[in-house]
Amino acid sequence: MTAGTVRPSIAVLERQLTLYRRLWRASVFSSFVLPVLFVISIGIGVGGYVGSVKGVDYLSWIVPGVVASTAFQMALGESTYPVLGDFKWSRAFHAMRATPVQPNHILTGHLLYLLFRVTTAVLAFLLVVLFFGALRSPWAVTVPLVCALLTVATAAPVSAFAASIDSDSHFTLLFRFVMIPASLFSGVFFPIEQLPGLIRPVAYVSPLWHAVELCRSATLGTAPPWPVAAHVGCLLVWAVAGTLLAARRFRRRLED
Amino acid sequence: MIFARGLVKRFGDFTAVNGIDVEVAPGEAFGFLGPNGAGKSSTMRMISCVSAPTSGELRILGMDPVRDGTRIRARLGVCPQLDNLDPDLTVRENLTTYARYFGLSRVEGRRRADELLDFVQLSDRAGSMVEPLSGGMKRRLTIARSMINEPDIVLLDEPTTGLDPQARHLLWERLFRLKQRGTTLVLTTHYMDEAEQLCDRLVVMDGGKIVAEGSPRSLIETYSTAEVVELRFPDGLDLNADYAAKMSGIGERVDPLPDRVLLYADDGDAALTEVHQRGLTPSSVLIRRSTLEDVFLHLTGRTLVD
Ligand SMILES: Nc1ncnc2c1ncn2[C@@H]1O[C@H](COP(=O)(O)OP(=O)(O)O)[C@@H](O)[C@H]1O
Ligand SMILES: [Mg+2]
Repeated sequence: MTAGTVRPSIAVLERQLTLYRRLWRASVFSSFVLPVLFVISIGIGVGGYVGSVKGVDYLSWIVPGVVASTAFQMALGESTYPVLGDFKWSRAFHAMRATPVQPNHILTGHLLYLLFRVTTAVLAFLLVVLFFGALRSPWAVTVPLVCALLTVATAAPVSAFAASIDSDSHFTLLFRFVMIPASLFSGVFFPIEQLPGLIRPVAYVSPLWHAVELCRSATLGTAPPWPVAAHVGCLLVWAVAGTLLAARRFRRRLED
Repeated sequence: MIFARGLVKRFGDFTAVNGIDVEVAPGEAFGFLGPNGAGKSSTMRMISCVSAPTSGELRILGMDPVRDGTRIRARLGVCPQLDNLDPDLTVRENLTTYARYFGLSRVEGRRRADELLDFVQLSDRAGSMVEPLSGGMKRRLTIARSMINEPDIVLLDEPTTGLDPQARHLLWERLFRLKQRGTTLVLTTHYMDEAEQLCDRLVVMDGGKIVAEGSPRSLIETYSTAEVVELRFPDGLDLNADYAAKMSGIGERVDPLPDRVLLYADDGDAALTEVHQRGLTPSSVLIRRSTLEDVFLHLTGRTLVD
């Protein structure tokens, strides 16, 4: 990014943060309280029956899954209605377009905003689970980085989708056929080896699975199923391809 | 400030703007007058550098909108036909966030926001959300927002459409002040009174083409008469054409409309006397000055607002 790109993108980020100042109390529940409650109830409750997975107590095992899955859901959710809304309902993106702000700055500002949202939520969550003894390796400090990469890998293609549709009814498809399967089959709650061979490729293409495995290897200090570079590579492909596609879609949508 | 030659905008096979020539000088208040669908907004979007011309030449502030779009936009103020304010921000935040898009410092943004809120008489609503504002207030806020970068040209697409008369007059008065400050204004409208009030010079647009150009006064002088006699007949409707035929030769021109007959004459009273002499007895008569509406009717055979 050149200096000429940074300033307008920051201006877009500031607008998002100004909006967020009004909403943050409501979002604390879904992005922080809920995942913590989740880990406590599932980790301790279900964990009491399950015992351990691959020699690790269940709570410690699902913590990295829940943290990545929270990042995934925030990145996805915040790139659906809010993005379509700024194109279609408030037309705030069109308002920006009439200034020196360009479509790629709008996209960058949106992604920076989500990085901020996800990173703060992830850090708060990690701090809490630290006291549960769920972080077993100093590599846990890389979790926010993995979640940041996952955020772009998810938000960019979903934003491209939101910029391409005209009716919010398409999001139902996205939630039903992308978000739910990805959340269920990406190794968040159980290892994907438990999945029938036919469904396992869902995990391989899902950015969430790669992020879950990277986070898990970081908090537990174990090796991930694939080489780290392969997991990071898959996330990068989603992030880069998604960003390029979204940049095109944003430009298309704002020119007429 | 603005220079266009043979400017064309097509959407698929549909030609919305069909080869127009426009020139706007600094400090001028320039208008595009035309009915819905004339191609006014399409032209304005090209001038705002958010929509690329299909063909033709366009220079804004001496620059090319395709190559220098960002630099041009930095010096324009745009008030689009549909308000696109941020509904979840306050009135003041709408201005301060917009200031940042132009690279203004926060301090400067706040200073200009307060000044502009004062200018559009919204200071007492600064902390209010946008949603509960009336249409006229939103429009004034959009205009204030378009001025946050102290633009060289302010582009207003139908600034008062949909507003009640009181809100329109308040807005006109603000725009008039803006004009007095020497800001170049370019506006579109389908209200002839708005064009007459605000524009030094205007073009009449219809079907993507410019059909006439000049000051409101010169357009009226060229294409109409000083006065117009509006005649309504009790059994009008189908018979207006017949009545018009019976009046032929009186004044300059006779135009039968569905609900009335327009008689164009420099001396309305004299023309009316002649009408009575021919034994015609209209149920109501109105003698008025010619307006741009008459110019448009004469040029296109249709009324501006239907
Ligand atoms: N994005 C677009 N795609 C297709 N047709 C369009 C588009 N924008 C405008 N038009 C058409 O171009 C014509 C001129 O529209 P517009 O410039 O909005 O006119 P005006 O502002 O004078 O009412 C209309 O018939 C309109 O339907
Ligand atoms: Mg229009």
